[in-house]
Amino acid sequence: MDLSAISPTLLVASLMVAATPILLAAIGELVVEKSGVLNLGVEGMMITGAISGFAAAVLTGSPMIGFLCAALGGAALSVIFAIITQYFLSNQVATGLALTLFGLGLSAMLGQSYVGIKPPASAKLDLPLVSDIPVIGPILFSHDFTVYAALTLVTGVWWFLKYTRGGLILRAVGESHDAAHALGYKVVRVRILAIMFGGACAGLGGAALSLVRVPQWTEGMTAGAGWIALAIVVFASWKPARVLLGAYLFGGVAVLQLNLQAAGVSIPVEYLSMSPYLITIVVLVVMSANRSKSALNAPAALGRVFHASR
Amino acid sequence: MKLKSILAGAALAISAATGSLADKTKVGFVYVGPVGDMGWSYEHDQGRKAVDAAFGDKVETFYVESVPEGPDSERVMTNMALKGADLIFTTSFGYMDPTINVAAKFPNVKFEHATGYKQSDNVSVYSARFYEGRAVQGHIAGHMTKSNIVGYIGSVPIPEVIRGINAAYIHAKEVNPDVQFKIIWIYDWFDPAKEADAAKVLIEQGADVVLQHTDSTAPQAAAQAAGNVITFGQASDMAAYSPKPRVSSIIDNWGPYYIARTQAVMDGTWTSTSTWDGIGSGMVGIGEITSAVPAEVKASAEALRDSLADGSYHTFTGPLNKQDGSVWLKAGETAADYGPEGLAEMLFYLEGLDGEVPN
Repeated sequence: MDLSAISPTLLVASLMVAATPILLAAIGELVVEKSGVLNLGVEGMMITGAISGFAAAVLTGSPMIGFLCAALGGAALSVIFAIITQYFLSNQVATGLALTLFGLGLSAMLGQSYVGIKPPASAKLDLPLVSDIPVIGPILFSHDFTVYAALTLVTGVWWFLKYTRGGLILRAVGESHDAAHALGYKVVRVRILAIMFGGACAGLGGAALSLVRVPQWTEGMTAGAGWIALAIVVFASWKPARVLLGAYLFGGVAVLQLNLQAAGVSIPVEYLSMSPYLITIVVLVVMSANRSKSALNAPAALGRVFHASR
Repeated sequence: MKLKSILAGAALAISAATGSLADKTKVGFVYVGPVGDMGWSYEHDQGRKAVDAAFGDKVETFYVESVPEGPDSERVMTNMALKGADLIFTTSFGYMDPTINVAAKFPNVKFEHATGYKQSDNVSVYSARFYEGRAVQGHIAGHMTKSNIVGYIGSVPIPEVIRGINAAYIHAKEVNPDVQFKIIWIYDWFDPAKEADAAKVLIEQGADVVLQHTDSTAPQAAAQAAGNVITFGQASDMAAYSPKPRVSSIIDNWGPYYIARTQAVMDGTWTSTSTWDGIGSGMVGIGEITSAVPAEVKASAEALRDSLADGSYHTFTGPLNKQDGSVWLKAGETAADYGPEGLAEMLFYLEGLDGEVPN
């Protein structure tokens, strides 16, 4: 056993990279749920984004176009969900599950000819001098675009929900769609925009996986990351800053487990792989034990169908 | 219900009729990964294509890719047998018991299971001595590492993988006594995301050589991004990453074996056999050693390869001790293939390796 081989600096730097896909997907889903919609299709949108981004990047040779197409791909898939749940008033849970299954199948089909191909490398931030500062350099100034995009999005969402009129409207729609409707806000329009934003974020998260973290395309490569993102939103009790914490915690355990193995620590890896899920379950139990508090946090109209009768 | 069973009966009759009319030998392949993995399953599929090319109209080959090891593979094999396959190649260790089970139900279908050790009247086993290739990789790794840390991405802790680790380690140590191996198990044959993470962690912990016993090119990509790290192609040449990080490779060459076995089924001479071939027969190929390796290291690696090929040297030649210090092979003794201390069931590390073999 040689724990000194694990460098805390590199550990933090790599957990940020490992957490980025789930962070992107989770912050998108947070906005969706704040508007009162429960979209369980995150996994499907992520993997669709992963393949659309990968294909676009390979075809054009530009990772940035890849990320753009990934966001568009995820958003396009979410439009299906938006139309079915907002206009045809279908059950959101069932529709979301169907969207995940559809996304997994669709991506496998689209990805047939992309297996085993090398994508163009996405550039890393490399500022002279600044990136070389010990500790701070590797952690803050030497990542690729997606890490910064994710952090910017989290800050942006926090600011939008807390300080803007648009954020207030979004939250109003999520708390009581009838009241918001009575005040003259377009409930369906707000929700569709939120769903599309969630889809775009999930797609971006998928591309962070297929273009940066792996980088390669494989069928089913998200391997449950979308579900983890969903759990993190609940874990974070719908607060952007806590989504960041949850995602980094999750990424941290995933990276730490590999580090401990390489350092020769003989803890069965199964326990470590299990721990983030266990923590999520514990948090969910604690939250639901205290009804009044969790009721304050969850958007009151979450998952409820809105039908304007007047 | 009635209509359905009539239709099913009719379909069966038609397929049986066309099958006997065409009189083709049908050969099925079960793959653990996608054929586009550019590693293990890709090379098996190259073998299938070689069978197609060798026999033309006389054979019909088909395959199912990404079949999980375990019960689901039994369903796939049963399906193939019901479709009229005469010969079925099951190409991963985890298909061992499913193959035996399905073979018992279809005594007229011949089965060939790769890398396992359970045989029966209609199940042959075949494998390649990949560890001979690992010895060459270890030799190069020992010479090339500057940090004296070699990273190793293990897939599933079975004898084949453990043999590879041991073979690489003793040959790295032979040329570099200070070398240390760091091993990460990912418990899967093909998972690019985990393979990439494992490679990155090994590199962060100082490894400047990464060996992999997993089937994707993700570790190669991670090594390329890191810069001064070398890797070896696994199962397939992975030449897209040469001359660096990929400096050499182990190439599985199944074509000749698959052609011979298909021929045996056609001639009616097929019997249950156990085949275990290495560099000598060409079943294990060593990919070109690139210019990133100094000429003298390349020459000594090629000499090692040739001595393994002509049988003048055995990968595991004593004196060798087990990890706990007890004697495994005395001086000059070579490892037996089978038996309690044999290579086929090697589940222990050799002296000098850290960590434990996981269960």
